[in-house]
Amino acid sequence: MRLVRTVPAVVARRAARHPLRWSGAALVALALAVAGCGSNSSSSPSAAPSSTATPGGTFTILANSSFGVADPAQNYTLEEWQLLIDTHDGLTGFAKVGGVPGTKIVPDLATSIPLATNGGKTYVFHIRHGIKFSNGQVLTPSDFVTTFERQFSVPGPTSFYSDIVGASACSTKGCNLSKGVIANDSAYTLTINLTAPDPEIMDQLALPFAYAVPADTSLKLLGNNVPPGTGPYMWKSYNPNTEAVLVRNPYFKVWSADAQPAGYPNEIIEKYGLLVSDEVTEVMNGEANEVFDGDQIPSDQLTQLNSAKYVGQVHVNTLTADWYFALNTRTPPFNNADARQAINYAANRSAYVKIAGGPSLAVPACQILPPNFPSYVPYCPYTTGAQTVWTGPNVDKAKQLVKASGTAGMKVVVDGTNDQVGKALVEQMVSDLDSIGYKASAQLLAGTIQYPFVQNSTNSSKWNVGWSAWYQDYPAPSDFLNVLLGCNSIHPNSDASPNIAAYCDQSTQAQINQAESEEAANPSGAAKLWTQVDHEDTLAAPWVDLYNPKQIDFLSKDVHGYEWNPQWYILIDRLWLS
Amino acid sequence: MAAVAEQVEAPADLRPEIVGRNPWALAARRLWRNRIAMAALVLFVLIVVACLAAPLYAQYVAHVNPFTPNLNGTTVINGKVVPVMQQGGGALKLGETPIGPTWDPHHYFLGADDLGRDVAALLLYGGRSSLVIGIGSAVICCVIATVVALIAGFFGGITDSILSRIMDVIWAFPVFLLAFSIATELLTHSSGFQFGPVHVSATSLWVPTIIIAFIYVPYVYRPVRGQVLSVVRKEFVEAAIASGASNLRLVFSEVLPNVVSTVIVLLPLMVATTILTEVALSFLTIGVQPPNVSWGTIISDGEDLLYTRPWVSLAPGIMIVLTVLALNVLGDGVRDALDPRAKLRVEG
Repeated sequence: MRLVRTVPAVVARRAARHPLRWSGAALVALALAVAGCGSNSSSSPSAAPSSTATPGGTFTILANSSFGVADPAQNYTLEEWQLLIDTHDGLTGFAKVGGVPGTKIVPDLATSIPLATNGGKTYVFHIRHGIKFSNGQVLTPSDFVTTFERQFSVPGPTSFYSDIVGASACSTKGCNLSKGVIANDSAYTLTINLTAPDPEIMDQLALPFAYAVPADTSLKLLGNNVPPGTGPYMWKSYNPNTEAVLVRNPYFKVWSADAQPAGYPNEIIEKYGLLVSDEVTEVMNGEANEVFDGDQIPSDQLTQLNSAKYVGQVHVNTLTADWYFALNTRTPPFNNADARQAINYAANRSAYVKIAGGPSLAVPACQILPPNFPSYVPYCPYTTGAQTVWTGPNVDKAKQLVKASGTAGMKVVVDGTNDQVGKALVEQMVSDLDSIGYKASAQLLAGTIQYPFVQNSTNSSKWNVGWSAWYQDYPAPSDFLNVLLGCNSIHPNSDASPNIAAYCDQSTQAQINQAESEEAANPSGAAKLWTQVDHEDTLAAPWVDLYNPKQIDFLSKDVHGYEWNPQWYILIDRLWLS
Repeated sequence: MAAVAEQVEAPADLRPEIVGRNPWALAARRLWRNRIAMAALVLFVLIVVACLAAPLYAQYVAHVNPFTPNLNGTTVINGKVVPVMQQGGGALKLGETPIGPTWDPHHYFLGADDLGRDVAALLLYGGRSSLVIGIGSAVICCVIATVVALIAGFFGGITDSILSRIMDVIWAFPVFLLAFSIATELLTHSSGFQFGPVHVSATSLWVPTIIIAFIYVPYVYRPVRGQVLSVVRKEFVEAAIASGASNLRLVFSEVLPNVVSTVIVLLPLMVATTILTEVALSFLTIGVQPPNVSWGTIISDGEDLLYTRPWVSLAPGIMIVLTVLALNVLGDGVRDALDPRAKLRVEG
């Protein structure tokens, strides 16, 4: 997912699915990959809640701006998802605990994770009895039919579930999934039929898009009204200009402490509209409890947070995310592999890390998959030292490659966002390009314009290097390698074409397809293939990967029980107040 | 020129001094005698000269290239080599802070910005951009507005109605919203613009100059058109018409000389306004584009450093205040010099 506050109207995700059912083995592989690395820095051990944890109080989050339209069928922001996981549930969920176990898929509204039948294309879920929505209505399997139909009738990232039988005929004008999502309210089962096996279906069902809403919910966009859910909290109000208020769901009873434990605060309030610097000051003064973790704390205040006084209140975690510049492979000079490799050699990643706030807040990166991610094996061909970790730029090698490519002296437009960090990144990239003989210039656009601008192929003649960032949707290599660099992620003339570089290598795509098809039966083989694809893509250099960012959670002194989940980040409902 | 002479004949106590004198010379003399206005002029000239000397300062004094990020660079403070960007301390070591002012002109006199660049050198280069855009757009704006006002006011009727309504439409847009919209559209044309044989790149200073000139045309057009309407009804214009003068001659020989003083009075005030607009647009990142800098972009760069490195924003802020103050005081002085009756009216 791209961390954005406003939701792209439609974020096209996956155009193709590949055979094979989801397997718990993938999670084992992930756990092994992450074990020892740890998602949290030394400053923030993922502590289990203290035994003295006491429910009650109001937990207040301060956010610079709201997350836009609240309808969970459309909203695609971390900001709302961190609240939706406390108010709603899906058939499956990510375990609501900190650290590596938080990446495990557990049954939520389903009693168990079903095995696929019909060649990996059918799943039969048994739905739990006795669960009620926050409006008192009893949850039935039929509710899920509406939930999935809303995915297509409400404009949003529908392609997460586009493999459901009947989905291809759905549109915002109407949707009939009677053959794809079959509810049996007497047997309390829900059958999902896919057009092709999908190894990642369980991860996708754990996303807020698939969270159950009552069957009588309108199939139209609900705007800022969030339909009732089954979680421990319910939405009391939401006004994007002022605040969102979550209060306890009177009908909630714990059915699975792994999937949906009871929360600690009685009320969760997220307030909007303050400057981030003011948010930090309020939290320092104990007037609020959290600075929203998507808000970028100004450099000035980072210095203040270094004080010993705040050590227990600041938590830094490495994200499975990439900040990168996509190289436009459609046009010169970066339709030439030598030219692409040249700028990868020349990029001074330590400078980019400094722009991000220094080594405590970012780690230089060369490859597509981020550290602590399934199939990640360190690889960095674009440096001076050993080819595993970036140690410094190799400008001489870069200049040789530019000469060999015959692209020296070409004009290059570097496109980025016009915020402080975006502008600095672009200026550093312009400097790196100039240093190897290009004539680079900057093109700064507002963030809401820049992302669709670089995705849309109609603008491809207007830029050569385009900034972007990607945060995992769920822990699967395809979420980076296929979504961002797969041939099927190129959608001409669309604002939602996540393969910004328009890089397509058919032999690599064949390996991606093979890895997806082998994931269940041969997880270790699939993992090796993903690693191979990662390294091949890195060597083909469709991007200049800059760094993997870290994230700061700044909490007030009276907050306890901090847990950081690699999927959802801070677990708000697990925090308690003294 | 008859009307100008007529304007300055009114105050009886001044009459012995001005009889037979060129009105422009009289205005210059009045301006010269206005000590506050002259002090403002000197201050403005000093700022312009300092900004023009930016390349000399960067090359021969500071020894820096202020347009290139220097995040991994070092400098010398008290004989010790120190990194330009300094990592945060404490247990967490969060953030990177640029060095502050050293007050040594050879080594980061005003400190560094968030990209490790010399703020003092940026300040002088930024002043060049702000002044060039401010003066350029004010001049272009005044020229266009004067020409349009002359046409509208002289020909009147349908011509005046059409031109005035066009100006009303431009005026109806909030200034910054209009500038923002135009700039956002123009900035996506990475290949720039071709006007016949002239190519303008998207990052050229001409882009904000033209945008700012365009949005302020109605603000100058209105008073100048009013002046034209007043002048065309004067007896000396009627006399010229009766003597068979062509429209072109009437406009340029009779009307223009009698409205140009209004434009001259407006010019320094417009420069002050356009500088402020440029600064605002650049602060919002839609004015001057990298690698160029302006006082607005420097303030924007220093926004996140206000507590730890306030000079990054304060220095251009002070320069803007001094420049605009100087121009406004000078503008008042020019008005008093060209239209002493206005001063007498104000002072009773």
